[in-house]
Order: sequence, then C-alpha cells, then structure tokens
Amino acid sequence: MTLTDYLYYVILPILAFSVLLIVYRFIKGPSIADKIIALDVLITTGIGIIGVYSIIHGRSTFLDTAMILALIAFLSTVAFSYYLEKRNRKK
Amino acid sequence: MSSVIIVILVTLGTLFVLLSAIGLVRMPDTYMRISVNTKAATLGVGLILVGTAVFFNDLSTTSRALVIILFVFLTAPVSAHLIGRASYFMGVRLWKGSIMDDLRGKYQKNSYILKSEIDDTPEDNIDHSKMKDK
Repeated sequence: MTLTDYLYYVILPILAFSVLLIVYRFIKGPSIADKIIALDVLITTGIGIIGVYSIIHGRSTFLDTAMILALIAFLSTVAFSYYLEKRNRKK
Repeated sequence: MSSVIIVILVTLGTLFVLLSAIGLVRMPDTYMRISVNTKAATLGVGLILVGTAVFFNDLSTTSRALVIILFVFLTAPVSAHLIGRASYFMGVRLWKGSIMDDLRGKYQKNSYILKSEIDDTPEDNIDHSKMKDK
C-alpha cells in the first residue's frame, strides 16, 4: 500500500466522517453560539483536508487556499461574536 | 523513511480531528464544546500540516505550512475567548452538573464591566440562575 492509497482510502474517509459529525452539531446546535463554534471547527477541518489533498496530488499551491481559509475562519468568528454582543446590549 | 514519518504525523492529526468532532457531538455544554475544539482541532491540523511540510521537503512549502500553523495557534484562543464571552452575555446556561460558576453576579448587565467582587446591586448583575429560560 503506497502513501497515496493510504491517504486516499483511510485518512480521507475518517476526515469526512468527522465533517459529518460537525455538520450534525451545526444543524442541531441548541444555541447560536454552538453553530458558530461548529462553523469554526468545520473550516479548521477543511484546512486539514486541503493539506491531505496537497500531499495526494503533490501540489503545494493548495496551501495558499488553506491560509486564506484560516484568515476567513478567524474573521468570521470575531465578527459573529462582536455582533452577538451588540445585539444583546441593545435589548 | 520519510513516508513513515508522514504516515505517523497525518494519522495522529486525523485522530485528533476525529476526537474533536466526537467531542463536539458528545459534550453537554457550550463552554465544554469550546474547550474541546480549541485544543483538539488546532493540534490535529498542526500535525497534518507538519506532515505536508515533511512530504514536500522544500523551503517555500515549509515556510507556508509554518505560517498557517502559527496563525491557527495564535487565533484559536482569541476566537474561543470571544465566543465564550458572547455566549455568557447571551445567557447560555452551564451544564446542570457543573459545580460552580466563577463569574456569577460579577458582570454588569448593561455596561459589561467585570467586577472582582459581588456588589450590592444584584439587579444589574448577570446571574444565570435568575434568568428565565429562552
């Protein structure tokens, strides 16, 4: 079993299963904070999947996409929490 | 030889990501979910990216992977703190099995000022046990 086969048939299904678990929490989540956390972890898992894909295809250019995704995850979480606090303060 | 190192690193990282996903589903409380995910998901993604850097064995790719790891490690605690603070103000309750709430009555309700002691204006303080259910 080569490295590519191992990554393709073992690692990627496990990552996809964990994405399914996170999406379950994202849909179900009792409060809106749970949904924001699930979104953050979903993007973080996406960074890991992009890393595995860049090993499989042998192209390091995919890592630029991962960097942009990390930026967007941080910005979205900060913006969501800022506006949640602001909405409570008005009330 | 290097493929063995890559397999070990990527497998460990994937297991950490899987454990954080299971923790996200199984934990009973918003604050515990925040705690699980900042630690486990960050470490898992860091290990996978270290495996990528070992695979390419190249200065530009290694520096790119290190920048992503540094960014994730720096921003995960900040975003976890911000979302935990916002959910405490929103009135998200602790799990009923939690023993104590250190912040009870110490945040002012309108100005969000944190005091080190419980003062004598209890109607202005955020206290989850007096809040009605949403």
